[in-house]
Amino acid sequence: MDTVQDLGRYGWQHLGINPGGAMDKLSAQIANILVGNDPGEAVIELHFPSSTFFFEQASLIAVSGADFSATINGEEVPCMRPILVNKYSILQFHRIEKGARAYLAVHGGLDVPLWLNSSSTHLKAETGGYKGRVLQKDDEIGFKRPVDLCSLLGKKEFEVLPWKTDSNWGDDNHAKEILVLPGHEWERLTGHSKEIFFDRAFLITNQSDRMGYRLKSEPLSTFTNEEVVSSPVSFGTVQLLPNGQLIVLMADHQTAGGYPRVAHVISAHHSRLAQMKPGDLFIFRFTDQQTAEELLTKQHQHLLQLQNACKFKLDELLNACN
Amino acid sequence: MKSTTLSYRIFPLGDAAVTVDFGNIIDKSINQQVLHLFNSLQNDPLPGMKEVVPAYSSLAVYYNAIDVRKKHNGSMTAFDSMSAQIKERLDQSLTDIETVSKLVSIPVCYEKELAPDIEYLANAKSISVDELIRMHTSKEYRVYMLGFLPGFSYMGEVDEKIAIARKPQPITVASGSVGIAGRQTGIYPMTCPGGWQIIGRTPVQLFDPGKDEPTLLKAGDRVQFISISKDEFENY
Repeated sequence: MDTVQDLGRYGWQHLGINPGGAMDKLSAQIANILVGNDPGEAVIELHFPSSTFFFEQASLIAVSGADFSATINGEEVPCMRPILVNKYSILQFHRIEKGARAYLAVHGGLDVPLWLNSSSTHLKAETGGYKGRVLQKDDEIGFKRPVDLCSLLGKKEFEVLPWKTDSNWGDDNHAKEILVLPGHEWERLTGHSKEIFFDRAFLITNQSDRMGYRLKSEPLSTFTNEEVVSSPVSFGTVQLLPNGQLIVLMADHQTAGGYPRVAHVISAHHSRLAQMKPGDLFIFRFTDQQTAEELLTKQHQHLLQLQNACKFKLDELLNACN
Repeated sequence: MKSTTLSYRIFPLGDAAVTVDFGNIIDKSINQQVLHLFNSLQNDPLPGMKEVVPAYSSLAVYYNAIDVRKKHNGSMTAFDSMSAQIKERLDQSLTDIETVSKLVSIPVCYEKELAPDIEYLANAKSISVDELIRMHTSKEYRVYMLGFLPGFSYMGEVDEKIAIARKPQPITVASGSVGIAGRQTGIYPMTCPGGWQIIGRTPVQLFDPGKDEPTLLKAGDRVQFISISKDEFENY
């Protein structure tokens, strides 16, 4: 399931229109930065098995997030690196090495219309992104600002550019620990259920998608069955379902919900969670507001540094072809 | 608008939003307080605010934690900063904003083939189908909130005599279907899985992504259902 996504459509949840956007917004921003785009440009979010792309013109691309073992014209290419691709090249993905979602950015951005100021695909509303739907065979997506890069490549089919980002900076994607803040109904959990929450690993089940991850563990229970009147929920909200299992809300979550909110995954760990897939196990650990905000700030600073470094090198490169 | 002392609680919704909770109940005057704060923040957003989302009795203010922290050079959490500003707003201005609510008439065809659950509901509540239709169309409903889907409005409250539990499992519901769940009534703006008991269908489009205002209804609006025939539905 491959869709066009950006950083989300904010400002419309009061009309029931959820923000959506990339599941792993950190990786989406990195892909854009590597090719000199604004971090919020539209990218293609790929799930394995993913589409194969044929480039009708030369482009500068980057693939971030999951490692799906990419090749160009059959030759392996790395993730997290800007790559000059000549026209008539084919980008393919072969297997899941690591992670769950990869992001493909092209220099200048994708030529897709904005709906309510965002290019994210809203599958339920069948609008936004590329024709409001999942990408299909033979779809053609234009480049917003095509740049003639042919002179840089000459007869070469592609070239991996020398600058890169450490794929694990600020966050170890292999770590299976997810930091959370307590939710408003946390205190409703029984003592035993709280122990389970912290002591046991939670399994991401097959019933997991862009809307949310359903988890499996020993069932949790609450002191009270007092109803929660439908109240706003967010990306990362961990809700307790009536069957005692937890669900973590992800990018395409509803705007409001009536299940007890036991915890919230901190923003800095959304990326880590978005790169987990059904069958993966992880553990929850509490943190505080201050730490959560500091971790997010650290991620943001790293993005800024990367942006400055890439911009300098890209300007040099692109000046050479004008 | 008379001045009243508000009772509310503010708590975090993770690290990127604040919830303001006026009481865990479905109540018109509480919902009115939510919408007052919503309108105030929409008209005059707080610095760093991303958006504000009203629900039945609570509201969430989404913010950009990095922008908000920058203002304080990290000496204060973004959550504390936003909470303080929201409290200030609640203290000063919520008494003088009059919410404009529009009345929207929505034609509904209650014929059996468009209302798969109407006979079940009538039987379960021991009333006739005609009586059920009369009750559903006999009053104005308030749109408390939008959610679940783009343009899906949660309205209330239906007469206790036609209130009914939702289905145990969601099934596919046609676009425009009018349903009841508990004492709530609502309209599905698009075909999708749903658990509400379906008693009719409207030919009116609730959601149009091509419009500047993509939804027909907003929180705070009033809705009056009007019974129409199958013929009127088809030629609407």
